[in-house]
Amino acid sequence: MNRLNTKTLPRSWVAVGISMLMATSAWAQEPAAAKAALNGNSAAGARIAQSGSAGGAAACASCHGAKGEGQAGFPALAGQHAGYLERQLNQLAAGARQSVVMAPMAKAMSAQERADVAAYYASLPLPIKSVRGALPGKSDDGGAWLVERGRWADGIPACAQCHGPGGVGVGNDFPAIGHLTADYMQGQIDAWNKGQREAGPLGLMGAVARKLTAEDIKAVAAYYQRLHAPAASAAATKP
Amino acid sequence: MSDQQQTASQSSNFAEYAVVACLFAGLGGALWYGMSISRPQKAEEPVKVAAPAADTRAMVVAAKPGEFTPPGVSDYPEGPMGEWVRRGEAIFTRTPTNAVGFSGNPLSCTNCHLDAGRLKGAAPMWGAYPMYPAYRKKTDHVDTFAERVRGCFMYSMNGKAPDDGHDVLVALESYAYWMAQKAPTGEKLPGAGFQKAGQPETTPTYEAGAKVYEAKCALCHAADGKGQFVGDVAVFPPLWGKDSYNWGAGMHDIDKAANFIKNNMPYGNATLSDQEAWDVATFINSQERGQDPRFNGNLQATAEKHHGKYSMYGKEVNGKLLKGL
Repeated sequence: MNRLNTKTLPRSWVAVGISMLMATSAWAQEPAAAKAALNGNSAAGARIAQSGSAGGAAACASCHGAKGEGQAGFPALAGQHAGYLERQLNQLAAGARQSVVMAPMAKAMSAQERADVAAYYASLPLPIKSVRGALPGKSDDGGAWLVERGRWADGIPACAQCHGPGGVGVGNDFPAIGHLTADYMQGQIDAWNKGQREAGPLGLMGAVARKLTAEDIKAVAAYYQRLHAPAASAAATKP
Repeated sequence: MSDQQQTASQSSNFAEYAVVACLFAGLGGALWYGMSISRPQKAEEPVKVAAPAADTRAMVVAAKPGEFTPPGVSDYPEGPMGEWVRRGEAIFTRTPTNAVGFSGNPLSCTNCHLDAGRLKGAAPMWGAYPMYPAYRKKTDHVDTFAERVRGCFMYSMNGKAPDDGHDVLVALESYAYWMAQKAPTGEKLPGAGFQKAGQPETTPTYEAGAKVYEAKCALCHAADGKGQFVGDVAVFPPLWGKDSYNWGAGMHDIDKAANFIKNNMPYGNATLSDQEAWDVATFINSQERGQDPRFNGNLQATAEKHHGKYSMYGKEVNGKLLKGL
């Protein structure tokens, strides 16, 4: 298993592609990037999301979709926890999470504006529900096993053990992942492995990312997709 | 931490002998943590992937030739036996849902017996199963494996033990038996029981533990120890209070909790020092939790009869007597 999934960079993901080209190995680990310390105003956040910020940040909706549903390489934001979103924006602004596209946006917002935008997207419905998949069995692929049971032989806990049933996220710090595209997931795995994204609270995800292969990521994303679209593939997710 | 209790109690089989022996060996008064003397065993797992630098400890050491490895996760048998193995696996991994009426808290066996009871050093079922029947000081009785599991339900799951022969026990026993097939009987295999923590450098304290907890545990288990839930599912199990393991569970002993924490927390990235593990185990196990089911009406008498030096039961912490909820 290659730990650096460099061959799998999503070609379509322009933002990540560029950021990787420009990335340097030196990155300052931001000491305890501010957690959701500010009270976000979702109405103010909605204005920024639709029309951009006074400081010049573009409208979030232009890339992340009118309702934060995401598109192409731009992740869905709707329903993600405010604390998580705010932390990401703060880290993008500070450089602890690198992205050539998002860094200027994050920097063009004040800390309060970042909190507002986070509050706005958190107020929108998450497109997936808390669904606990069946225990994987002989006929299930690696995605089902990774999500529901992990691969402890390689020191990989189950996705569900931190991200909750169906990958809906848990609290402030464990984001929803069950609706993310494989490309976006892979981009983040690559970013962790290249030191372009802070390893997350207690370094948890950075440690897991090193152990996941590109094949794993595809399988996990595909499993979540099946799990959340039971009509599309009822056979794949047993009762 | 439903599994904690199980694991703890299983390991207590071995640990109790060692502990008792040590106690009576009279090796000088010994600091209260002196019992952690057991050398840390390497928890070992077959490696499929090169071990990343940060991924220390338990899971990354390659299995030595000749060491026992359980069957693969999906190599369970076909037919009725396979169905019972899978039933046991379901109970083990999602205990509250699948052991209704016996599970008394949101914990699952796998919270402590990691990887569904497969992980070396986290009291795997393949390591426990072949060690029964065994005399246990805790029960003063020769317990079968099923009886041992009954204890888990009473203590770690703070619930009710299924009657002997109950489907729940048969299923769990089937699951453990399947994993332990071809393991030698009556031999403590490498990786059985809980891997030990090293000794703390200084006497562990509640205060130091509180700081460790806030810095490294509250992220998942919440500042108040109540864990974090999504709906009914305890994604991160409660560590104290009525919804956690009770005062009779093995995990309530500070040494056992320190062992578990040191080698397994946080998941997949065990990074606490021995000192931190002992400190935070002291903090966590100085919190109030469900009453010991063996409580006989007299706190001190119960403590004396059933609790050892690593238990805070019946002791006063910060002016508050720990007497069971």
